[in-house]
Amino acid sequence: MTTLELFLRALTLQAGYNSALVAVGAGLLGIAGGGAGAFVFLRKRALVSDAVTHATLPGVAIAFIVMVLLGGDGRWLPGLILGSAASAAIGLMGVEWITARTRLGEDAAIGAILSVFFGLGIVLLTVIQTMEGGKQAGLDTFLLGSTAGMLIGEAVLIAAAGAVAVGLVAILRRPMTLVAFDPDYAATLGINVRRTDLAMMGLALVVTVIGLKVVGLILIVALLIIPPVAARFWTERVDRLILIAAGIGGVSGFTGAALSAAARDMPTGPIIVLVAFALFALSLAFSPRRGVLASAIRHRRFQHRVHLRQGLLAMARGEAIYDRLTLRILRRRGLMRGDGVMTRTGRGAAGRAQLDETRWATARRLRADDPVLERYDGLTPIDQVLTPDQVAHLDSLLPKPEAT
Amino acid sequence: MSLDSHIELVSDGGYAVETGGDDCPLEVRGLTVAYGEKPAVFSVDARFPSASMTAIVGPNGAGKSTFLKGALGIVPRLAGEVRFYGQPLKEARRDVAYVPQRASVDWDFPARVIDVVMMGLYREVGLFRFAGSRHRARAMDCLERVGMQDFADRQIGQLSGGQQQRVFLARALAQDAELYLLDEPFAGVDAATEHAIVSVLKGLKAAGKTVVCVHHDLSTVTAYFDRAMLINMRKQSEGPIAEAFTSETLQATYGGRLAESQIAELRLGSC
Repeated sequence: MTTLELFLRALTLQAGYNSALVAVGAGLLGIAGGGAGAFVFLRKRALVSDAVTHATLPGVAIAFIVMVLLGGDGRWLPGLILGSAASAAIGLMGVEWITARTRLGEDAAIGAILSVFFGLGIVLLTVIQTMEGGKQAGLDTFLLGSTAGMLIGEAVLIAAAGAVAVGLVAILRRPMTLVAFDPDYAATLGINVRRTDLAMMGLALVVTVIGLKVVGLILIVALLIIPPVAARFWTERVDRLILIAAGIGGVSGFTGAALSAAARDMPTGPIIVLVAFALFALSLAFSPRRGVLASAIRHRRFQHRVHLRQGLLAMARGEAIYDRLTLRILRRRGLMRGDGVMTRTGRGAAGRAQLDETRWATARRLRADDPVLERYDGLTPIDQVLTPDQVAHLDSLLPKPEAT
Repeated sequence: MSLDSHIELVSDGGYAVETGGDDCPLEVRGLTVAYGEKPAVFSVDARFPSASMTAIVGPNGAGKSTFLKGALGIVPRLAGEVRFYGQPLKEARRDVAYVPQRASVDWDFPARVIDVVMMGLYREVGLFRFAGSRHRARAMDCLERVGMQDFADRQIGQLSGGQQQRVFLARALAQDAELYLLDEPFAGVDAATEHAIVSVLKGLKAAGKTVVCVHHDLSTVTAYFDRAMLINMRKQSEGPIAEAFTSETLQATYGGRLAESQIAELRLGSC
């Protein structure tokens, strides 16, 4: 079977029980990550979550050592999760403490915690390699994630924790939204900002520790950040941002796990992240609201409107036009002949532009405080803003044109 | 310790501060707020009576906004006691609405105008329910009061500064509170917005609500407000405009930064 066939079978859950289990688990993990990550993103705490995820490593290693010393299996997942959660929580408190109690900024605190905890974790992993009889093989898959040899109990654990995280997002979305937008105001409504922030980071922590096995701790932060960032291109509403981010996360997790199941020896985490990045790149390019392509087109249209207007006004005043873009636009629209002389339509359009300009100037002089006139931008014709009656009244007030 | 037992201890310019009845919307005693070890507001006593409109006035960095934030517990208090309608803020939250400075938030947030106004209904909607059409109708009502009903579905980042300020006011109106605390609502807004906000605030006062505004524009104090509190870390004066907003108090608050002639001009505005 080719890799493609394997991938398609994994994608349709036909590549065997284990692959299906892993794909579904990774999908749920992605949904939880996108949902929780939406608030981390809105609260601008992405880098803090990066520190937190790296701070899990010493916990994983210490939990492994402790479980082996107690005579158990060092790779028992719930134990490793507990250990990682504890050390990540300590890392988070470290960042907060440094930020609040010293003159160091949050960026310095993040850098310090991230590197120190990760370094400590690597040292402990090396110590573990020298331990005897601990079945230490495979512990390093926590760095980049792996789905090979996942047990059903582990998949169920991931799915259950993911479901809890999704439920918490649903319940806490309103206070977390308020705190993310305007923490001072949220506080006056009686929302405990500190506790809400803790809940948010707690959610990120849950996603991190249940994602350790599948995505790995180095890249799990991508599952928190990339989906909401991609989702931001598609909506202007928080509720939808959460749903879209969860969707993108879910698709990334599911597809990525299926891909890595098809291509043997591929680490799962990087594949999932690459899939998520592909969705991000598509959003960046093609979103109709905020995408790069749409912005470029909008900008170009706007530029053309400006040039057209300026050209028409210059023509009305009988001024020569030198700007090449302006000349091109005027000619293409049949407003000017090749030799620079106005056509009949050109004269009409220029006259109308001049009249509109005079109307605006008069209206703005007479009614400076009228909110309707806030819409003046030099491009919108005044008859789109005022009613025909108002325009007629305005015309009776216009300064008399000079006799020609 | 009850409030009454230490009234004698807290004094205002040598006179015992008037005892606040339980109906006083906002009463502040000995409020001190510091950033690091530098006090921004030092031992300020103030009372804001019901159905009044007070301007908090002072030079830049004089602690005007900090006074409001300290009263609301947004920044930690070093010392002092604050009572809303005779109770700590915790018991009186539903009566108090705050309008922060417009520049304090990131307006590129994924929200529409109506979403921001609905935030004011947070305590009513609660955690587990969805906002219903009744809530939406109330939010629309508040938008109409500030003349922004046509912008309900606009993304907030597309609004002008003045429009953003009106949205913030509408959000506070949605709380249907008794006391409104506003931080620089007139800063950097257009004339249309300034008119809209003033008329809403005067309407609130007419309806018996209490309004307290951090205000930076000395030339409009007498036209918009009936009371003033002058502050420059310490409170310089407080009371009806005629008593609190005089050339002496302005001189004391602003020091040499305000020329006599300017002050005379401001006083003329009040006649």
